[in-house]
Amino acid sequence: MLTYLIRRLLLMIVTLFGVSVAIFLLLRIVPGNIADILFDSAGMIDPSEKQKIIADLGLDLPLPLQYWSWLNGVLHGELGFSYVSEKPVIDEILPRIPITARLAGLALVFAICAGVPLGVISAVKQNTKLDYALRVLSLSGLSMPSFWLGLLILMACVRWFGTIPIYDRAPASIWAWIAMLAIPAASVGFRSSALIMRLTRSSMLEILRQDFVRTAKSKGLSDNAVTYDHALRNALLPVITTIGVETAFLMGGLIVTETVFNIPGVARFLVEAIRWRDYPMVQNLVMFIAIVVVTVNLIVDLLYMLVDPRIRYSE
Amino acid sequence: MSRLLRRLAIAGVCALSLWTGAAQAQKQGGVLRITHRDNPPSASIHEEATISTDMPFMGVFNNLVVFAPDAKQNRLEAVVPELATSWAYSDGDRTLTFKLRDGVKWHDGKPFTAEDVKCTWDVVSGKVDGKMRKNPRKTWWFDIKDIVVDNPLQVTFHLYDPQPSFLVMLSGGFSPVYPCHVPAPQMRTHPIGTGPFKFVEFKQNESIRLERNKDYWKPGQPYLDGIEYSIIANRSTAVLALESGKFDMNITGELTPELVKDVQKEVPGMQCLVQPSNTQGNLLINRDRPPFDDAKIRRALVLSIDRKAFSDILSRGIYNIGGAMLAPPEGLWGWSKEFMATVPGYGADVEKSREEGRKIMASLGYSAEKPLQLKVSTRNIPDYRDAAVLLIDHLKNVYIQGELEPLDSAVWYARLLKKDYAVGMNVQGTGIDDPDVMFFENYTCGSERNYTAYCNKDLEVLFHKQSQMKDFEARKQIVWQIDKTLQEDGARPIVYQAQGGTCWWPHVKGLHLAVNSIYNHWRLDDAWLER
Repeated sequence: MLTYLIRRLLLMIVTLFGVSVAIFLLLRIVPGNIADILFDSAGMIDPSEKQKIIADLGLDLPLPLQYWSWLNGVLHGELGFSYVSEKPVIDEILPRIPITARLAGLALVFAICAGVPLGVISAVKQNTKLDYALRVLSLSGLSMPSFWLGLLILMACVRWFGTIPIYDRAPASIWAWIAMLAIPAASVGFRSSALIMRLTRSSMLEILRQDFVRTAKSKGLSDNAVTYDHALRNALLPVITTIGVETAFLMGGLIVTETVFNIPGVARFLVEAIRWRDYPMVQNLVMFIAIVVVTVNLIVDLLYMLVDPRIRYSE
Repeated sequence: MSRLLRRLAIAGVCALSLWTGAAQAQKQGGVLRITHRDNPPSASIHEEATISTDMPFMGVFNNLVVFAPDAKQNRLEAVVPELATSWAYSDGDRTLTFKLRDGVKWHDGKPFTAEDVKCTWDVVSGKVDGKMRKNPRKTWWFDIKDIVVDNPLQVTFHLYDPQPSFLVMLSGGFSPVYPCHVPAPQMRTHPIGTGPFKFVEFKQNESIRLERNKDYWKPGQPYLDGIEYSIIANRSTAVLALESGKFDMNITGELTPELVKDVQKEVPGMQCLVQPSNTQGNLLINRDRPPFDDAKIRRALVLSIDRKAFSDILSRGIYNIGGAMLAPPEGLWGWSKEFMATVPGYGADVEKSREEGRKIMASLGYSAEKPLQLKVSTRNIPDYRDAAVLLIDHLKNVYIQGELEPLDSAVWYARLLKKDYAVGMNVQGTGIDDPDVMFFENYTCGSERNYTAYCNKDLEVLFHKQSQMKDFEARKQIVWQIDKTLQEDGARPIVYQAQGGTCWWPHVKGLHLAVNSIYNHWRLDDAWLER
């Protein structure tokens, strides 16, 4: 187990190094830089002023030197300054992380709490009206773009309740606070819940036809015991894998949701930073996201052991 | 008799409403909440050329002079003192002396003096390096010879030539007085001004907060406790948030005429104004790149444009049609209808113009079977893209087959600078409805905003001639001629003049919007909330 953990941690470092090189190079391959964007807002370009900005920001240095300067800074906890706000990157990123983390966490909770039980019900009640209804629901979740769903929710809230659950630094009431978090989370988590529901259903259907389930039933165990203690536990393995993958995909959904619900989180900020070619901001944010994704995947792998004791990584 | 009674009743209602209107006292307090469209590139007005910076930060500053808040049209006659108390011309109008307001303090407590005025215009005119990243309006101040501080409360601008528009340019939202003692990087992130509102916070992509300046030099003002701009990038969300009452108004000029209709349908009491947004759709033709080095092809291209179709399709007929100068009645300097009819491509008979265009192209060897193929480059933003698609459709009428080339914003200006384009569709704003601003900023040889590098020395003589003229009507005649020549030369053919909408809830009082500029009325020191 320990050997496995050490091996995985070493792999994590290699992965993150690869990500750092990739993001650094990709950003520089994309045409245009911060100086171009700054002049975009001024509606003009003065070549000498542009050159001065490029020199001030060190963008005229050789790429290996720029990369080393950034990496060295990261290793020493110095993330640099945003090209746009001219404030330390850490000061820009830190307040936004909890906002996105809360939203992502809630979306995941929603996806799991809705997806797993509904998937089980759909499998147990296979080919009934309820099953058909749930399958339609899951299909709609997969096919509905989250920005469209988000706008639909906003329009409905304004039309029916005369209010709008977009981000508010100081919500008027506890209900406003709950709505402000729960509605965007449901909006972004809907797609994931649909995926989890479909996967749980198919996985459950496969497990329910296994010999050990028949044996459990013939032993006289109750339907609930068979379904939840035996079948579900075995059916959860692929579901856990999906949840791990969905955590990474959630980032894409969050960009849209944060934009539609005007939530000042990391995801929306990342898009803006890319648009501005704010290299320090993008590099550090992508690294942060990479660390989260790699860590979540490690946790998912470790969870396999808990769910299925037959799995022993050391072997 | 009944008609008389009805008239009396109507007169009574009118009189009552006038009386109650006059009796409304400004209320102190409340925070004005405004939706903002995007993240301002910085808080430094002098370094930017966008309403995204100008509107939220104008309340932090004061100018020497401003357009009277209640003046519906920004013009020379509407200029009133602000940090200056008076001004006087001498030396054949080549010297302009301002007496300054005493006792005004910057938000950090330091006193405002004539040095600050000198400092500001020494930097923006490019005479001194003020460490600004960008200086987009350097060309505005071409006429400044020297600035002399006579004493702490008096400053004199020495001009090369008389320039009536100089005062007009000093009055715009883009001409605040900056403090000498605050470095440029700080002005970009934490601006210090003398204005009615102090800067509190600018959170990237989130919000801008200003609070009441209790020591403001206008006693009792401002009435608002503060202003909060929330950056809502998604326009649909912003509109819904405004309709729900979460915000009091939207950033000016951001709503399309169609959206304004929707908002007023959803909230019948909402106050809205659709006005020229001082932005124009114009064509950039690379006259250095064959075949556009041939004036005949440039002319054929211009003759293909049906400006009314642009207006009808992009804004259901609301957009103005004119040349470089904003069309009347909102614009001061735009062509009359009769004059416009004499400008090639502006006649009512579009088909006739296109026929002429086809003849030109045919004489150069092009035809429907063998069209001229080119790329129409534009920024990958809906306003730009939609106009470019229409343009491509119009070009087909004169045997030109265009292909859309949408470019990322980061690439757009770099490509313009390198002149790496054939034809570009551009949308561009102008701060003030004034010929000096328009001509010197966009059409003088060597100006940084002269994207096509159009250079006509003879015309430049006329730029200077009109700039020195005091007689409005005589000056207007020259301005019309210049504008006509610019369109004939294909310097940067104007396709449409856009309009934008601003909406606010009825409880927002004391807003003054001018019809010929969206950039100049956001001090908000006399705005208040009736809640």
